[in-house]
Amino acid sequence: MSNPQIEIQLIAVVVAVACAIPGVFLVLRKMSLISDAISHSILPGLVLGFFITQDLNSPLLIILAAFTGIITVVLVEWIQKTGLVKEDTAIGLVFPALFSVGVILIAKNANDVHLDVDAVLLGELAFAPFDRLMVSGMDVGPKSLWMMGLILVITVTLLLLFFKELKISTFDVGLSSALGFSPAILHYGLMSISSVTVVGAFEAVGAILVVALMIAPAATSYLLTSNLKKMLVLSVLFGVFSAITGYWVAHWLDASIAGSISTMLGLVFLIVYLFAPSKGLIAVVYRQKQQQIEVSLLTFLLHLNNHTEENERHLNHLREHINWQKIKAKSVVDLAVRNNLIVINNQVVSLTEKGNDFTSIALDYIITNKDEKIEHLKDDFFLFRG
Amino acid sequence: MSEKIAIQVDDLTVAYNYKPVLWDIDLVVPEAVLMAIVGPNGAGKSTLIKSILGIIDPIAGSVSIYGKPYKKQRQLVAYVPQKGSVDWDFPTTALDVVMMGTYGTLGWIKRPGKKEKKASLEALEKVGMLSFKNRQISQLSGGQQQRVFLARALVQNASIYFMDEPFQGVDATTEIAIINILKELRKAGKTVVVVHHDLQTVPEYFDWVTFLNVKKIATGPVKDIFNDDNLTKTYGINYKVAVNK
Repeated sequence: MSNPQIEIQLIAVVVAVACAIPGVFLVLRKMSLISDAISHSILPGLVLGFFITQDLNSPLLIILAAFTGIITVVLVEWIQKTGLVKEDTAIGLVFPALFSVGVILIAKNANDVHLDVDAVLLGELAFAPFDRLMVSGMDVGPKSLWMMGLILVITVTLLLLFFKELKISTFDVGLSSALGFSPAILHYGLMSISSVTVVGAFEAVGAILVVALMIAPAATSYLLTSNLKKMLVLSVLFGVFSAITGYWVAHWLDASIAGSISTMLGLVFLIVYLFAPSKGLIAVVYRQKQQQIEVSLLTFLLHLNNHTEENERHLNHLREHINWQKIKAKSVVDLAVRNNLIVINNQVVSLTEKGNDFTSIALDYIITNKDEKIEHLKDDFFLFRG
Repeated sequence: MSEKIAIQVDDLTVAYNYKPVLWDIDLVVPEAVLMAIVGPNGAGKSTLIKSILGIIDPIAGSVSIYGKPYKKQRQLVAYVPQKGSVDWDFPTTALDVVMMGTYGTLGWIKRPGKKEKKASLEALEKVGMLSFKNRQISQLSGGQQQRVFLARALVQNASIYFMDEPFQGVDATTEIAIINILKELRKAGKTVVVVHHDLQTVPEYFDWVTFLNVKKIATGPVKDIFNDDNLTKTYGINYKVAVNK
C-alpha cells in the first residue's frame, strides 16, 4: 500500500466512526431524516464561510455550517409546532430551501474556485491527501484527517461524559426533564455535534453519502443487540468495516470511494436484515411458522384432553376430525412426540403426564393471560414469547 | 396524615396554543396521603403533574414542594410517566431502566456505580421483578413494564411520588402489587399522587382525591368529598357510584 492509500483509508475510517456515534442516537430518537436535512442545508453556511476565508478547511467554515445545521433543526421544529404540517413535511420544506440558497450562491460567485455542486453532493475522498497540513514548514498529514480526527475526539469525549444523560433523554424525555437533565440542552447538543460531524465528513463523502454513514451502521446494529453500549460499538465496527472494504472495492472497480463505502454499508445492512438471530427477516418468518405449528399442537392436545374414548384418539380419525392435511398433521404429531407430550400405542394417541400438565398450563395462560406460570416454557416454545 | 404541606399549587394556568388546559388551579396536598387525580379525558390530569414537575411551563401560577420551588427540591420527588410515553423497543434492560432512577442524585456526568446497582436490584426485588433484571424491556408484558417503572421510582428514594396512570394496561395481579407498594409508601410517610381512571376503585385504593376538569372541582379526603355531587360536577353527567363510606 502506498502512503496516500493508507491516508485515504485512515480518513474513511475516522469519518465512519465519527458519523456512526451520533447516528446511533439519531436512529433511536427517530430523527434519521434530520441528518439528511442537516447535510443539505449546511451548504449556504459552508459557502459563506468559504467566501470569507477562501479556505475549505477553515474552522470558521465548520462553525458557520454547523450553525446553519442548527438553524435547520430550529426551523423544522418551529414549522412543526404550528401544527399546520407534520414533521416530515416540515423537513421537506426547510432543507431544499436552504440548500438552494447555497447552490445559487455557488453558481453566482464561486464559478472559478474549487467548490462545485458535484463535490458538495458526492465529495471526493481520493483527493483528500493532496491538501496537506503544514506546521512550521513540516508536512504532518492531510488536513481533512486532522480535522475529522479532532471532531472524532470531541465526539468521543462528549459521548463518554454525557452517555448517561443522552441515554435517559433519548429513552424517557419526561423523566429526564423531571430529574433536571434538560432535554432541550441534550437535543441541541446532539444536533450541534451531528452538524459539525456532517460538515467535517461532507468534504470527504458528500452531502448524500454522509447520511448513509450516519444511519446505516446504527440501523444495522439495532437489529443485532438490545444493549445501547453494544449498539454503539457494533455501529463503529460496521462503519470501519465498510470504510475499509469500500475503499478496496472502489480500488478494484475503479469507482467512487464514497459510493463504494455506502454500497458496502447497504450490503452489510441487507445481510444483517436477513440473518440477524432474533430480529432478522428469516428468524421472524421461522418464528411465525413455528408459532403456527405450536397453535396447532395446542389444538391437538386440547382435543386429546377432551376425549377419553379411544376412537376419538385414533391417528387416522384425528386427521379426519381435526381436518388437517397429512403433512401438517404429521409435523404436529412429531412435535408432540419430540417433546414427550404424547405416546402412540397401536395408532392410538394419549397424553403423557407432561402433556397433561402442559395443556392445562397453556389453557390457564390463554384464559387468564398471566405471564408468571409460563416463564419456564418460553425457552422451548415460541408461542409464549409474545 | 400530618399537618405538613407536601405540595402547594397556586393559581396555576397552563395553555397549549392559547387554549387553557388548566385554569387557575389552587391545590394543597398534605404530607403522607395517597391521592388520586380523577377527571374525564382532556381534563388536564397529566398536564397538572407535568407542570408541577417543570416538564411543562405554565403561563401563570407557582408550585412549591415542601415550601420551595420544584427546581430546588428535585431530589425529593419521583416521577412515573405514562407507560406509553416511552419507546419500549429501546435497546436496554429492565435493570438499566431502574438504574435511571439513580441519575437524579448523581447529577451530570457522574456514572452510576456499585451502590446504585445494589439499590436498583433491591427495588426490582421489591416489585417482584428481580428474575427479569437482564431481560430486554420489549420482552416484558405490560404489567411487568409498569413494575419496572415503579421500581425506577422507588430507587429514587423520594418523599413525593407522582404516577401517571400506573394501572393502565396492567393485569389484576400487578394492579394489586402496585397499590400495596403505594400504600406502604404512604405508611412510611411518603406522599403519593396518582392520575387514576377507574372510579370504582378510588375509595378502596386512596384516602385523598382531587377532582379535575380544566378547573379544580374539589380536593380533600375521599370519605368527605367522593360523592355524586362532585362526580357530576366533574364528569358533567349524573354518576352513580356506590360509595360505601
